[in-house]
Amino acid sequence: MSYKFDFAFLADKWPDFVAGAWLTIQLTILSIAFGFLLGTVCALARVYGGSVLRRLVGSYVETIRNTPLLIQIFIVYFGLSSLGLKLSAEVSAVIALTVNMGAYTTEIMRAGIQSVQRTQLEAADCLGLTRLQTILHVVLLPAMERVYPALASQGVLLMLASSITSQISAEELTATANLVQSDTYRSFEVYLIVAVVYLALSALYRLGFWAVGQVLFQRRRRLGTPL
Amino acid sequence: MIQLSANHLLYLLEAARWTVLLSLIAFLGGAVVGLPLALMRLSKIGLLRGVASGYIQLIQGTPLLIVLFLSYFGLGILGYKLIPLIAAGISLTLYAAAFLGEIWRGCIEAVPRTQWEASDCLGLSRVQQYAYVILPQAVRLAIPPTVGFMVQIVKNTSLASVIGFVELSRAGQIVNNSTFEPFVIFASVGAIYFALCYPLSIAARTLERRAHAGR
Repeated sequence: MSYKFDFAFLADKWPDFVAGAWLTIQLTILSIAFGFLLGTVCALARVYGGSVLRRLVGSYVETIRNTPLLIQIFIVYFGLSSLGLKLSAEVSAVIALTVNMGAYTTEIMRAGIQSVQRTQLEAADCLGLTRLQTILHVVLLPAMERVYPALASQGVLLMLASSITSQISAEELTATANLVQSDTYRSFEVYLIVAVVYLALSALYRLGFWAVGQVLFQRRRRLGTPL
Repeated sequence: MIQLSANHLLYLLEAARWTVLLSLIAFLGGAVVGLPLALMRLSKIGLLRGVASGYIQLIQGTPLLIVLFLSYFGLGILGYKLIPLIAAGISLTLYAAAFLGEIWRGCIEAVPRTQWEASDCLGLSRVQQYAYVILPQAVRLAIPPTVGFMVQIVKNTSLASVIGFVELSRAGQIVNNSTFEPFVIFASVGAIYFALCYPLSIAARTLERRAHAGR
């Protein structure tokens, strides 16, 4: 083995990596936010909705959770464009990641919503809250608080999975790596660097989720215990 | 342009066999590496614990796609020929081991402490404790989440397509390149994946329910 590592390309390629990482962050934060909203609405539909709605959401969740993200991305990008709906790679990426995140969030939030005790709902009823008020003020926050660790790790997993969007040439971090390595022929070094960047990003996302949790769940912050 | 035909579908089904094979390699490899990892995580020796948890954090913090590229090009650096099946097998093994290691560690920890104490009282050595008392009980706890994780493995074999391994996803791309019917093709590919994964999901859920019913 006489391989010489050569990281010299970094001198003029580093802005590409920064740009790629920045797009990864943008794509994933949008998808996590939209996916969370979609998933929460679906979870509510799954718990409180009628039987048709419940079954509809159920098949959405099962379809997404039992097929690879790669194929979902291909269907959104290539499939929809062949049906006449032309979307840019970035928009397709956000749509596919959102739909994917939404399905997992549905399952996670459903567990959270179902864990809110009956007495809480009865108390809200006694106070004369409407159904919507009950959901917004009584159910959602405690539900989210309980499943927050699962939501956070799903968010990190989604960030890592966003690397797959490089396959439809959304110019995020992995796609940048593919470009740089075909330019410089230093494949191993390029992917080594990108692996380190992803590691840093996952640490950053964990930190971000922790900080959001601190702001969102004040009760937990004060008492140090989950609800 | 070639018309999409039943032959194309047959081609996809044939390629699905490689998806199954790759999943099996990844699962077996992951199990062989994952069990020692789980035991290392629970070891009394700090160094072993550190190595195992470092490895797990490393793999769980990088995308599988990057691991794939690294092992594909890494093999080249070591002077081996770039064989996609081997690179894919190695990286899926590394990936599955990290996750199975964590899952199984949780299952071993879930065996009640009293079992450790009782076997201590009987004078069993640590190896005997694991072999006769702890692991047999942990296995029962481990089956539902392990089956659930197999779904992730099957889905993630789709990434092997990017280094040119012709499994189901790559076959879908190849058929698409000649027929250009992406919607139909990728929907069929998705349906085949679904047919592979859904029974596993159902099995995991049923097993889980059965395990909880006993308590």
